[in-house]
Amino acid sequence: MRLKAEDFLPIIGVIGLIALWYWAVWAKLVDPVLLPPPTATFRAMWTGMIHGKLGGDFLKTVERTTLATLIAAAIAIPLGILLGSSERVYRSVEFVVDFFRSTPASAMFPLFLVLFGVGDKTKISVAAFGAALVILFNVAYGVMNARKTRILAAKAMGASRLRVLTDVMLLESLPQTFVGLRNGVSLALVIVVVAEMFIGSTDGLGQRVFEAQQLFDMPDMYAAIFAAGALGYSLNLLFLMIERRFVHWAGK
Amino acid sequence: MNTNRAASMLALGADVSAQAQSRINKRPHVTVRGLSKRFSDAVIYDSFDLDIPRGKLISIFGPNGCGKSTLINMIAGLVPADAGEILFDGQTINEITFGYVFQNYREALFPWLRAIENIEYPLKLKNLPKRERDDHVERLVDRLGVKIDLNLYPYQMSGGQQQLVSIMRAVVVDPEILFLDEPFSALDYEMTLFMRDQLQRLFVETKTTTLLVSHDLEEAVYLADNVLLLSRGPARVVDFVSYDAPRLRSDATLSDAEFVRTKAHCLEVFQREVRKG
Repeated sequence: MRLKAEDFLPIIGVIGLIALWYWAVWAKLVDPVLLPPPTATFRAMWTGMIHGKLGGDFLKTVERTTLATLIAAAIAIPLGILLGSSERVYRSVEFVVDFFRSTPASAMFPLFLVLFGVGDKTKISVAAFGAALVILFNVAYGVMNARKTRILAAKAMGASRLRVLTDVMLLESLPQTFVGLRNGVSLALVIVVVAEMFIGSTDGLGQRVFEAQQLFDMPDMYAAIFAAGALGYSLNLLFLMIERRFVHWAGK
Repeated sequence: MNTNRAASMLALGADVSAQAQSRINKRPHVTVRGLSKRFSDAVIYDSFDLDIPRGKLISIFGPNGCGKSTLINMIAGLVPADAGEILFDGQTINEITFGYVFQNYREALFPWLRAIENIEYPLKLKNLPKRERDDHVERLVDRLGVKIDLNLYPYQMSGGQQQLVSIMRAVVVDPEILFLDEPFSALDYEMTLFMRDQLQRLFVETKTTTLLVSHDLEEAVYLADNVLLLSRGPARVVDFVSYDAPRLRSDATLSDAEFVRTKAHCLEVFQREVRKG
């Protein structure tokens, strides 16, 4: 595959942002203590990742987010299929699902603190709770919106209700399930980072950002923010790649 | 398994006298009695009766919204009737093997399966082992002279190829009756002509009782042994027109005097029904 000029377009935004940043530092638009130059920030990121605490914190956040998403998926996917396979069942719990999906997960921290204490369990379970509702909602809709013709076709060929569910509805719901998973993992990351900032944490990216700010170590703080951004972006990309691999028919 | 069945049927046929055989053949294959169906306020069918002869290709034609598709969907058991009885040699739809081809092949095929896996799917539902499934499909490919790559996914194929796969999926089980709901209306004209010939070839080969809903009168007559003309709802049988030009029919058939006369007659009946509404 040959690279075309168009393929380099996304880089323009990155270069533009860094140029703007340099210019703001050079023109002293912002207090230099609050806005260090890009070089200082990237140096902080590099040394933090290789030698310092940032690398360990990064991995800790990856671990918590991954665990939360796995737990959420393990609970929400089967449940979503169950709910989605009967429209009546889904309608009867729709309000409850929508209500808690709309409730900020951060409002649940105190409750989960009471249930699980101040350890990792709380951070992971709140994130799993938030992600699970998003995944559940998407899976159920995916199953419910399976093409009627396809279901009829399977029935016409003599498929039982169970076969229709496993051979048609499940696969029909996969594209929507992946939408749920991508939204779910993003939400899990948000919740984990917030939890790391405030719930008696000793590690994690959230804690790193918070601590750097407390110590007024701005290059470190920006480094941690960028690390969190890179993590969120990579997780989204990872799920997109898995989706393209397994749901090759989506959108065709 | 299937060759065995075919062989035993042949043996049976030899025992029965030719006269008795022809009597069996004249008995209708499908009997529809007292069929009723309404959608909210509209009465689509009200005590509708119909006999469908065995081994014929019947085109169903009628005014828009008269319930052509609803009729074959009820006969195929995909849409429940409000009342009435539909029997296939005295059996219900659940006791027989049938094939159904939808208008919208894009939504009827399984995009996550390769074409060949789509065709094998109904055999898989019958728990046939992989080798027998492959044999079935191979024989069907030979019979139809199909020259497309069946290892592609449906979305990698043209519309006509996809509909051909749908038809193969419907007939791979050797159905006793085949239903087609406007199978070619989503295809361009060139592909439609090709697919008509494929369907004819298949019909000549198998002589499976076939019900074809069409919104194109030329196609309806061209393919049919009988054209079933329906009235506006509640639908009645207005005419059951025979057309027995020899098969395989070709482009020349379209300008044949008998074809033109039959088509003109159907059109006249159709226009009369449309004006009534």
